[in-house]
Amino acid sequence: MSNQAPVHQGRLKTPFYSRLEKLDFVNEWHQWKGYSSADSLYCSDTEYFAIRNATAVFDLTPMTKYRITGPDSLDYLNRLVTRDMAKIKPGRVAYAVWCDDQGQVIDDGTIFHIREGEYRLCSQERHFAWLQAAAIGFDVTITHETGDVAALAVQGPTSFSTLNNMGFEGLADLKPFGLKHFDFQGRELMISRTGFTGDLGYELWIEPAKAEALWDALFEAGKLHGIRAIGTTALELSRIEAGFLAAYMEFLPADETVRTGRSRSPLELGLEWLVDFKKPNFNGRRALAEEKRHGSTWQLVKLDIEGNKVAHSSYIFGQEKSNKAAIGFVTSAAWSPVCKQNIALGTVRAPRGKPGDTLWVEVYYQREMHWNRHMAKARVVDKPFWFPPRRGATPPGPY
Amino acid sequence: MTDQYDAIIVGAGHNGLVCSALLARAGKRVLVLEANEQVGGAAITREFADGYSVSACAHLLYQLQPAVRKELKLTPRMASSELTTIALGEGGKHLRLDNKQVEGVNREDAAHYREFRKRMSRFSDLLRKFFNKPPPRLGSKDLKDLVTLGQLGLDLRMLGKDEMREFLRLIGMNIYDELTERFEHPLLRGAISLDAVLGTHLGPRSPNTIMTYLYRQAGDHGQCGIPAGGMGSVSNELAHVARSEGATIRTGIPVKRIIVENGRVAGVETEFGDRFDSFTVISNADPKRTIMDLIGVKHVETGFTRRIHHLRAKGNAAKLHLALDGLPNFAGLSKKDFVERLVIAPSANYVERAFNPAKYGESSPKPVIEMTFPSCRDETMAPTGKHVMSAVVQYAPYDLNGGWTDEAKAAFEKVVIETIAEYAPDIGGRVTASELLTPVDIEREFHISGGHWHHAELTLDQFMFVRPVSSAAQYSMPLEGLYLCGAGTHPGGGVSGAAGRNAARTILSREKAA
Repeated sequence: MSNQAPVHQGRLKTPFYSRLEKLDFVNEWHQWKGYSSADSLYCSDTEYFAIRNATAVFDLTPMTKYRITGPDSLDYLNRLVTRDMAKIKPGRVAYAVWCDDQGQVIDDGTIFHIREGEYRLCSQERHFAWLQAAAIGFDVTITHETGDVAALAVQGPTSFSTLNNMGFEGLADLKPFGLKHFDFQGRELMISRTGFTGDLGYELWIEPAKAEALWDALFEAGKLHGIRAIGTTALELSRIEAGFLAAYMEFLPADETVRTGRSRSPLELGLEWLVDFKKPNFNGRRALAEEKRHGSTWQLVKLDIEGNKVAHSSYIFGQEKSNKAAIGFVTSAAWSPVCKQNIALGTVRAPRGKPGDTLWVEVYYQREMHWNRHMAKARVVDKPFWFPPRRGATPPGPY
Repeated sequence: MTDQYDAIIVGAGHNGLVCSALLARAGKRVLVLEANEQVGGAAITREFADGYSVSACAHLLYQLQPAVRKELKLTPRMASSELTTIALGEGGKHLRLDNKQVEGVNREDAAHYREFRKRMSRFSDLLRKFFNKPPPRLGSKDLKDLVTLGQLGLDLRMLGKDEMREFLRLIGMNIYDELTERFEHPLLRGAISLDAVLGTHLGPRSPNTIMTYLYRQAGDHGQCGIPAGGMGSVSNELAHVARSEGATIRTGIPVKRIIVENGRVAGVETEFGDRFDSFTVISNADPKRTIMDLIGVKHVETGFTRRIHHLRAKGNAAKLHLALDGLPNFAGLSKKDFVERLVIAPSANYVERAFNPAKYGESSPKPVIEMTFPSCRDETMAPTGKHVMSAVVQYAPYDLNGGWTDEAKAAFEKVVIETIAEYAPDIGGRVTASELLTPVDIEREFHISGGHWHHAELTLDQFMFVRPVSSAAQYSMPLEGLYLCGAGTHPGGGVSGAAGRNAARTILSREKAA
């Protein structure tokens, strides 16, 4: 038909695509919010070990980014998220979660206090409609800037050494959840000590025109530190080891659920430390206070499971004999090479699932076409599976 | 200056007054603060020209709920009551309608009208029951909610199978289809259409205009009257009752904001900087003004703010007041007919055509008009031998293209007078003074966002369980200590007192439960 608008591009390429393409051996890509994103570039196992043993570089440009500015930006954010944003000074980053009026999680993400009164909110999912609705009555401007900022995660024990080679003065003093601005070839480069791997690591934010130059300088600096580009498969494994949540895995964004009871509250996701009831008002406060009084329905659990069969999609039971109804299910599972543990995240009926509890998971696995299942003992653990001292050390040691 | 009250009511509209009287009777220390110099909100009488007075906004009394009358022992003195509606026709061929029968139509139409009215009365009786209790919360496990919901279902079922089906068929429908199916006479169709759309941003072909028609009937089966001394006398009587129950009512004190402290309501601050403390604040103002201006969105949640922000509440009805040096001559009307209610709505299509331009921000070139001449029975309204006309005119959209400038107002007033002159050619020459209140003027004078009669459009998506918005339809707002009691809550606008009474009962029963 003649009146159809021409489609210029079916899928977007990030400003780093030209560099990723050269390193790509396996041609495994998927779509992430309209962009091509690599599952793996060479071998996901090797990429995973770059995260844990060297420097891994992940292109996180498709990550949703919103700029929040204006005189009311602090009041705005303080109503939006459950934690107290007044405590997050310029140069600091906050992990935060935001809810609807019923106290159900819409998404989690990081909020960067870039400069006084100027913020960037990053999340996996898009939330422009909600952020705009939340802006009614506030003097703030919300700008969707996903495509205007090129971003890289630089993660792993040698990530500091790599970046230090590039001559960023004062990077050594940057504490976890801190951010600093540096000059890169005459343009501003923002570096934050944040990441999704639970390891020592940084995230780099720059204008798209400087993306390729940054990539080249970074890989040159990391040559002797084992630098390697990675895809999402390796990242996902490190995410589970770090015990981080992912939307559509550990929870569904509340505005995407249809059935009642399919969303989760921050309390049910083990994020009570992020909910500041001292704040007089925030979205979901009334409902969460009510939930705290009466008890939650669900409880997120981190499970250390016996054996080596990964508990993908397993039902969770309160006891070994599974003739009783299941009390929950696994949401993410993996064999952790670095911990040498069979690990999983899951959701169970509260008040079950307290740290130290013993639960049982029904593990399904296939051997030569035939399916098998067995009950495996699972211990509920409190701490992340992987939390190396280097993650919190300032200055980070040279590796 | 600070002072502690059990309850502060923002606005002395009739609902605020009803609410204050009932709370004061229950022993509460109640303070009512009214921005204007007079009590009554949109139900007041005031002079608009030297010696000429008029009910400035609402001008007919037809919805005052029997329960409110009884509980507060109200006995409004009426200048006239049980008014006949005269649907003006060409060449003096008018129809006369009351709430049972119609004169001037053929036998079939007359019979159908009787049948139609009988059914509508039955349905409006049913609605009246619902209007006088807070709507139940859907999905709630609370016994009271369940009982109310059960009662609602039972009442519906008690209509009988056929009538229940008919009720459910009609309630969401437009009145145009029903009228064209039932009646032949265009004047009859026009007059009923007018009753269905008065005060709304709806035309007879808009959905749920049968519901708005029934809404009008839910007081006294649609029988209307004019209080002696205008609508202000009803408000004054209400204020008198409230004061004698012990409520303090202060006028000329605009509330600047409702104070929120530690996540709950703590009092109000006036424009003069005074503070009055109370852990219960009841707003008689419309929902938008209450939440967006008086409270501030910072103190409520995003989903709720969004719903309030999107409330449809743009008025489309204007008021025209004329000072006349004598009664105009309407073909086919005698002097005693001026006591009645005269309407210009010659056909349902005429009403719909009048509505069409309003959708695009234009006023009607051929407006729909409801006229009363209150001075005919009440000499306090005009100097001896002189008269006043009070008319509701549609459609005059709140957000008129180019705005309601003086020129736009003068042009619209001319259109209205020319339209009346088609039936009473001498009216133009009799006008000695006039006043046109567009929705923008109504917004300014009566502090109603959008200048809408009902504070929020009366449509099914803003009705009953979801009025003004879902999760806040039981007078209590999602902020501790904050209540609404005005037309923006269930059941809606009109001088009925139902919202004020329901709000007071909700507050008292909550207190009992706590």
